[in-house]
Amino acid sequence: MSADTIPITVELAGGLELLFDNEKKLNIDLPAKTGTGDAANINYLVDYLCVHHMKDTRREMFEINGTVRAGILVLINDADWELEGEGEYELQPKDTILFVSTLHGG
Amino acid sequence: MHRCAICQTNRAQVIRPKNGQKICKGCFLEVFELEVHTTIVENNIFPNRGERVAIGASGGKDSTVLAATLKALNERYDYGVEFVLLSIDEGIHGYRDDSLETVKRNAVQYGMDLCIVGYDSLYGWTMDKVVEKVGRKGNCTYCGVFRRQALDRGAKRLDISHILTGHNADDIAETVLMNFLRGDLPRLGRCAEIMTASPTSPMRRSKPLKYAYEKEIVLYAHYRELDYFSTECVYSPEAFRGNARSLLKELEKIRPSSVLDIVRSGEQLVHDTIATGKLDYEERNGQDEKRGGLVNGGRNAAPDQTNPESLPETVHEIENKAAHPSNDEPRVQTIGVCGKCGYMSSQPICKACVLVDSLNKTRAPVEVALVRD
Repeated sequence: MSADTIPITVELAGGLELLFDNEKKLNIDLPAKTGTGDAANINYLVDYLCVHHMKDTRREMFEINGTVRAGILVLINDADWELEGEGEYELQPKDTILFVSTLHGG
Repeated sequence: MHRCAICQTNRAQVIRPKNGQKICKGCFLEVFELEVHTTIVENNIFPNRGERVAIGASGGKDSTVLAATLKALNERYDYGVEFVLLSIDEGIHGYRDDSLETVKRNAVQYGMDLCIVGYDSLYGWTMDKVVEKVGRKGNCTYCGVFRRQALDRGAKRLDISHILTGHNADDIAETVLMNFLRGDLPRLGRCAEIMTASPTSPMRRSKPLKYAYEKEIVLYAHYRELDYFSTECVYSPEAFRGNARSLLKELEKIRPSSVLDIVRSGEQLVHDTIATGKLDYEERNGQDEKRGGLVNGGRNAAPDQTNPESLPETVHEIENKAAHPSNDEPRVQTIGVCGKCGYMSSQPICKACVLVDSLNKTRAPVEVALVRD
């Protein structure tokens, strides 16, 4: 019997922290299953963050079409999410997920 | 688990957008630096040993990565040059004052001298005051003109004639797209060049990160735990550049090589245009206005040039002259000095002075006494 929640760490950088009340690190107990009974994946986490943690009303700065906005890098345990299945990656306990925007001034 | 395609040992952590190669963190840092080195060598960016070279530093990711990479490369490959950080203080409360703190820390971290040049001291106007006056529409034009000259003046103050900026492949691809959409071939050509020299300025400008993907710049900064600042300019309207940017990011998602392909297209278009004689060299190198966000990496740059209503008339005339020189005008521009400030200019009065004049003309005397918190 698997646990009801998955403990993970979410990190926000590159200006994204501004959407989350300047929080750069969130320790989250993510529901293990989505409302429809599927395993929690990155896309679910993105929606969860928008609903439960984002303080800014501009959701489209973070999420577009059910996943992260293009131009935001996602690292799963310090590796490019493209290596891990992108939005379909199913979260594991103690995962660290970093969202870093490339869209801000340099 | 994917193994690194280069060392065949470690866990792959990065997919390279330019070729899809899966590599580990260590190999990534190595190839990233090696490619910047290759760009430098192939384009002979540092021809003179012993030269001091300025790095336009905003405290943002691009210029921070540029400074960190160049420090490493200069030590490894012995370019024999000395780097100085040159920052512009536009006078934007809550944006530039914070990012300048980052630059000050960078100067210590990289052991480089730092020079900060302020709009306030150069022009008597901070951007906060300019915006108070002209509003948020069109203020980027002022900032762009001021910044370009401010960088030159800062470098001159340091007795330096070569400025490096942190423009990356995405920045350049965006600008190529924008100029293409505007039908502005002269600017399209200039923005794709790795080095620019203009008859209106004795400064050389180079972009060593021209072929580096923004994604890899962010990854490089992350893996090396570089200290950079990331907030958008508070006055930045996302207008035209924002759209070009979104388009580019969407294209990159579908076909990652798009970014570099657009950069190459920009280079190629220029070659072809010059070859067929449709664009003469003088015109190409004249009035090197390009765009505002030199230090900022260009996101905040000059979208308002697409919005003629927002510009004072004088600016228009200058812009038009630059883009479409009339036939009876001499095509080869010569460096003169501005009749007002004495700084180099191809016009009797330099662009910055024209803008400052337009600001001063209607400034109510009482505003001078205003105290801001």
